[in-house]
Amino acid sequence: MLKDNRIRVIIGHYGSGKTEFSINYAIKLAKEEKNVALADLDVVNPYFRSREKHGLLKEHGVKVVSSYVKGSGSDLPAVSGDVLGPLQDKSCNVVLDVGGDSMGARTLGRYKDYFIEGEYDMFCVVNGNRIETQTLEGVINHITSIEGTTRARVTGLINNTHLLRATTVDQILKGQELCRRVSQATKIPIKYTAVVESLIHQLPENIEGTIMPIKMIMREAWM
Amino acid sequence: MDKVLMKGNEAIGAAAIKAGCKHFFGYPITPQNELPEFMSRELPKIDGVFVQAESEVAAINMIYGAAGTGARVMTSSSSPGIALKQEGISYLAGAELPCVIVNISRGGPGLGGIQPSQADYYQSTRGGGNGDYRHLVYAPATLQEAVDLTIEAFDIADYYRNPVIVLGDGMIGQMMEPVEFKEPKKRDLPDKDWTTTGTKRNRKPNIINSLALDPAELEKHNIKLDKKYKTIEEKEVRHEMYKMDNAEVVLVAYGTTSRIVKNAIDALEEEGISVGLIRPITLWPFPYKAFAEIPNTCKALLSVEMSMGQMIDDVKIANEGKLPVHFYGRSGGMIPTPEAIMEKVKEIWGGAK
Repeated sequence: MLKDNRIRVIIGHYGSGKTEFSINYAIKLAKEEKNVALADLDVVNPYFRSREKHGLLKEHGVKVVSSYVKGSGSDLPAVSGDVLGPLQDKSCNVVLDVGGDSMGARTLGRYKDYFIEGEYDMFCVVNGNRIETQTLEGVINHITSIEGTTRARVTGLINNTHLLRATTVDQILKGQELCRRVSQATKIPIKYTAVVESLIHQLPENIEGTIMPIKMIMREAWM
Repeated sequence: MDKVLMKGNEAIGAAAIKAGCKHFFGYPITPQNELPEFMSRELPKIDGVFVQAESEVAAINMIYGAAGTGARVMTSSSSPGIALKQEGISYLAGAELPCVIVNISRGGPGLGGIQPSQADYYQSTRGGGNGDYRHLVYAPATLQEAVDLTIEAFDIADYYRNPVIVLGDGMIGQMMEPVEFKEPKKRDLPDKDWTTTGTKRNRKPNIINSLALDPAELEKHNIKLDKKYKTIEEKEVRHEMYKMDNAEVVLVAYGTTSRIVKNAIDALEEEGISVGLIRPITLWPFPYKAFAEIPNTCKALLSVEMSMGQMIDDVKIANEGKLPVHFYGRSGGMIPTPEAIMEKVKEIWGGAK
């Protein structure tokens, strides 16, 4: 039950796991809603962008909008004008997968008119194992700088603290503690806890927000 | 220190700083940009110097100058950018200047593309520069190994007074993995009595140069360098063996490809096919001697690369004509799948019976 506002903007430190969260979220959303689009606004990374998985997402009923430049071989900072379609279509559930840091979030400035209170959510993905977002100050700095660039407010935190295949429940709880402190300081609620599927059954009961099971879609089996 | 999640390019930058590198000269190119970006942010914090040069050629010559002071220096680039640096690398080797050069390689030839590739094997191990020179080439397969080898590369460079290349394909630069920064084992390093940091009127001036117009002098210099390279070949070669016992086919792969190969080997084992891996960690010196340990059960070798076939030359040299040598590769930024490698092994295995 993903009862968030129609436009979901996923932001955070680069390498925090925004794309993996966005894809898993969009696939889950497409099970509940008919009209789901994911816009890949990543102008920061040359590899591991959600557009690489457009085939898989299409199979799950998610429309992918990215660059006009086809394929994975380009690192031009180009975003398609087609992003406006799903933003303007009030029947469409949109996930905006944004590039990392305030640098990547600059693409959002162009869509400011659509970020109307109550019509959008902006979720900040927090991985407490990334060097710059290990501390309360680090996470708040990221939120402040991204809010400044996008001129939109963060409406929810996502605890996505992990070490890929080496993730433990303790890691997730460590991230939760960090997110709780950020939440206390900023009054931004923790909306989701993202957890790799294999650990779901080991979780204690005191997990904040909705648990979002994560399949590692961007990561090949050998990685 | 706890493990943290880092992107390969950042991790290599952090490792360099851990190793005492305070000076970085470079020029942007995908897929290694996070490395200079990291250095530009972190080096000023430790009183270091980051310079974005006007070109790769300028950057490698800045390395030449800075290395001459005895400071620990690094540059990084990707394939066509490293091609531009080749002249400077030859000069650095000729003048015996230590430095670390990182190549996060992409598809070629020419400008090629931005996706991962291992088509710089010749460039790294045979040298695109002129003259009889060699330099060590580390080829990490994980980010932890990239961190550890980058730290070690600075010691090796200082110890032998020679450039060292850390070669990771684009995947090593772009992927994320948990890493930790352990205190490096310290080598006993010779004093840097050759630097051009001022005589203070206590000694004769040191001269750093790669020009020698007297052929007899130049030959003497070449013999001295060659002796050094022979020592490196003897002492610094490194490799990993994987599931070699009773292997019927032995694969040879490095970097990202070796990880895919390991997955294929594990899957083949479940199907009852014994396959081993020789993974060169140093590409030069190449682990030729490791091939002497290939078990009698082995019927064929298979070199797997993200190229049209370059390392296979060294595999053939190491093999000394004993076993059939096969090749499987993808190029241009395409990544081999474990399934395709398994198919190729089965084809060889079936045919070799």
